[in-house]
Amino acid sequence: MKVVEWLFALLQMAVFVAAAPLFSAWIKRVKCWLQNRRSPPLNQPYKDLRRLFSKQVLLAHTASALFRTAPYLVFGATVIAAAVVPLIALELPTARIADAIVLVGLFGLGRFFLALAGLDVGTSFGGMGASREMTVGALAEPAMLMVIFALAMVAGSTNLSTVIQSMLAQGLALRPSLLFALLALLLVGIAETGRVPVDNPATHLELTMIHEAMILEYTGRQLALMEWAAQLKLMIYGVLVCNLFFPWGIAQTLDVASLLIAGVLLCIKLIILGAVLAVAESLIAKMRFFKAPVFLAVAFTLALVGMLSFVMLESAS
Amino acid sequence: MRDSLVLYLTAATLSSAIGSSVSALLADRYPWILRLAAFPLLGLSGLLSLAIAALVLLEGVSLAIELPVGLPWLYWHLRLDALAGFFLGIIGIITAIVSIYGPSYTRKYQQSPYSLSALGFFTGLFVAGMQLVVLADDAFAFMMAWEVMSVASYFLVAYEHHQAANRRAAFLYLLMAQIGAVLILLCFGIFGSFSTDFTFDAFRVAQLDPLWASLAFALALAGFGMKAGLVPLHVWLPEAHPVAPSHISALMSGVMLKVAVYGFIRLLFDFLGPLRWEWGLVLLAVGSLTAIYGVLYALVETDLKRVLAYSSVENIGIIFICLGFSVTYLANGAPILGVLGLIAALYHVLNHALFKSLLFLNAGAVIERSHEHDLEAMGGLLRRMPWTGLFFLLGCLSISALPPFNGFVSEWLTFQTALQATALESGVLRAVIPIVAAILALTGALAAACFVRVYGTSFLGQPRSRHVRRAREVRTGMLVAQACLAGLCVLTGLLPTMVVALIGTVTESLLHQPIAAATRHGWLWLTPIGPETASYSAPLIMLGVLMALVAWFCVWVWLRKSRKSNPITRRDPWDCGFGGLTPRMQYTATAFAMPFEQVFRHTWRLKTQVTREMDADLPTKPKDLEYQLEVEDRVWLWFYAPVGKWVLNASRHVARIQTGHLRHYLAYSFLTLIVLLWLIS
Repeated sequence: MKVVEWLFALLQMAVFVAAAPLFSAWIKRVKCWLQNRRSPPLNQPYKDLRRLFSKQVLLAHTASALFRTAPYLVFGATVIAAAVVPLIALELPTARIADAIVLVGLFGLGRFFLALAGLDVGTSFGGMGASREMTVGALAEPAMLMVIFALAMVAGSTNLSTVIQSMLAQGLALRPSLLFALLALLLVGIAETGRVPVDNPATHLELTMIHEAMILEYTGRQLALMEWAAQLKLMIYGVLVCNLFFPWGIAQTLDVASLLIAGVLLCIKLIILGAVLAVAESLIAKMRFFKAPVFLAVAFTLALVGMLSFVMLESAS
Repeated sequence: MRDSLVLYLTAATLSSAIGSSVSALLADRYPWILRLAAFPLLGLSGLLSLAIAALVLLEGVSLAIELPVGLPWLYWHLRLDALAGFFLGIIGIITAIVSIYGPSYTRKYQQSPYSLSALGFFTGLFVAGMQLVVLADDAFAFMMAWEVMSVASYFLVAYEHHQAANRRAAFLYLLMAQIGAVLILLCFGIFGSFSTDFTFDAFRVAQLDPLWASLAFALALAGFGMKAGLVPLHVWLPEAHPVAPSHISALMSGVMLKVAVYGFIRLLFDFLGPLRWEWGLVLLAVGSLTAIYGVLYALVETDLKRVLAYSSVENIGIIFICLGFSVTYLANGAPILGVLGLIAALYHVLNHALFKSLLFLNAGAVIERSHEHDLEAMGGLLRRMPWTGLFFLLGCLSISALPPFNGFVSEWLTFQTALQATALESGVLRAVIPIVAAILALTGALAAACFVRVYGTSFLGQPRSRHVRRAREVRTGMLVAQACLAGLCVLTGLLPTMVVALIGTVTESLLHQPIAAATRHGWLWLTPIGPETASYSAPLIMLGVLMALVAWFCVWVWLRKSRKSNPITRRDPWDCGFGGLTPRMQYTATAFAMPFEQVFRHTWRLKTQVTREMDADLPTKPKDLEYQLEVEDRVWLWFYAPVGKWVLNASRHVARIQTGHLRHYLAYSFLTLIVLLWLIS
């Protein structure tokens, strides 16, 4: 049974990694619909990745060994993060490797190497992207941890599986702490995954880009890994929002029927979430970079209020 | 049998440290003595300390002896328990590694005007002093050892004394060390007045009034905090660390600050009777302030060693936050959580000793090869010093609290401790503890940004000055020392369960509360409270990271053939089509910190100076542009400058009684005598 569980966990991780480009393609499609444009087919990100993987790698004269290993480390850290997030089943052994705090740490590890890679070539764009990414990250990470603290205090655990189980157990109770935490997580997710209004994934205008500026010098398979890691991170945040706050339907046992239901329900949730994100991105303009700290301070405050409202209102003393 | 073994080992440790010190006296005449006698003896002393620590922590040996030296009515008492053993182990590890680094590093002083004898003599004395502080078991021996440690390190800070700035920094350090020592002495005085004599055994059973206990706590916090570098008593750190030789900075930052933490832990958990939750709140407030203040200043500094010094301030803040959690929980009847907080604190003590020593040794290597202290002049060192670059990277990853390295484990344990705040009765505490955890989270994230900045501007990019362009790798001895520390950082991050079990013996002997749940699930899983609450498996995360590296290696091997026929094309980086990217166009360290300066602009007092020289022919075209940023420590302006002014004024008034007439002085002596006689009678 143990072996089966581990195998299933690895399979789930593979599905997670494989489905990530599809989620971003879906968001792009909805945005195209909203903007009256013809959308690329849903398999376009896969075609892009295949094309990039088969392309030749070009390196800058100034690139060091760190520049060449960074994509693998960034991708690796994101894949480990994906492995510990419950996708369609709970109580998998991989979920015990790392709890929610470690998950944030893994994103931090990825960001650390991403920013270093941006600084490595020695162009202004890379440095600019790295500086901005670290600013956004340094403010988003505490907000994310606050969200996790609020959830952990409600559930009495930082283990993602246990948190989800306690959410399932309490049913549809409306807790102010969870509402605040959800709002904060949405804001943090937008900032962390580089979406509008903090960053624009579609832009290549030098003065406004953050994530794209750091990976500007990457080509070929290295670029593919960086892009895929970014898509995967977006998917992880999406799954976190869905499974932490709307976990109903997630499989608690490893039988075919419940896994199938869980898979279909998760797809529906992600489709709705992606559509919401696309609508929001179409309605809001990208803000000035120096407004981003305010945005993140709001996220932080919301999460803090969520946690305090649990401490003061909900926990029986 | 084992007790006498420990006794011999202790004697051997101290005597080899002092032997190293004495032998170094000849180093001015015979420079090889430093390499062949002084540093090996120091290393031996370190290894012996480590052996003692292993005996104490693993075998449970303890020792209590009385030396036939000291005051007639109070001989020196030495005692070795688990807490002392743990700190002795930290001193041992770092001393041993520094003595590998030393011989190659001090070679650069052979042609300098500074005395090698002084360097070796005071280094040995400094280490012996620290070992004695940890071993001391009465107030007198403690203060003596403390003073040896302080004064020896003063001479080491003042080592390159030809520059006035260095002398000034050393004086500031000595002054603050002495004020701190007086505060500690006063604290011991309070204990002394409530007990029969000045041995620590008497202090342990002393029953202090709540008011006096709080006063003793405050004095200890200020006295030990001055040495440890708590804000606002930290100002000597960023001055003294950059001017000392780098291996001394490593010892001071990695070990001496921890000795101060040891003193505080000893006093708080061992002597002071029932803990009060208010003390916990004070520790949390001071710790949070120190952590956030330290990291924000580290973020804008451009001198490499000053950045590291401010980062030490930050880490001391984190340690005090952990201690604050521990005291709060213990005072509120949650002993297991209190122990967990103390374990997190001691874990961070060990981690900081390892990674900060590593970073200072790295900095020493970088500065020796590049002749630059300033981050703005560095760049591209990774290609010139690949091994130092690798070890520096590991140090940065550890200090930035990233999994699976060691800094993350202690931060994770602290968060786990904080998240149990719901177990407390008081609503205020339940709200305060998570807020402190939030500050800790912000600190960790800012530290990561700070070290991306340090690493990115020094080791990555292109060199910004001539010396840096010509830098090459340092000698093997220095690399081996760095490799040892980097390896230990990885190891303590990889096997947290074993380290926690080791620290568990310390906390058990101190608080008599075993911590079984944390390590129950084998070496692979760390479960501080229980597996359903939280679990972390560093080895499996490391496995994942290694798999990513293996994937890279496989691709590299797989493509080796095709690369031979068709090598990777190197091109110029993207320059917007204008051509000619120069190193000056890179993002500088100051530019990197710019967004942070905007966000937290009220923290610092920043002086920006922009000079712009316009073209004579075209007044709108700038010919030369210079941007200078100076950071001033706010505490200095708010606290030290007024106090300094006040002291000067006061001394001017006091100086009036110095008339210069002999008869006045005779009258003063006479009056003093009368008053004294009156007091005694």
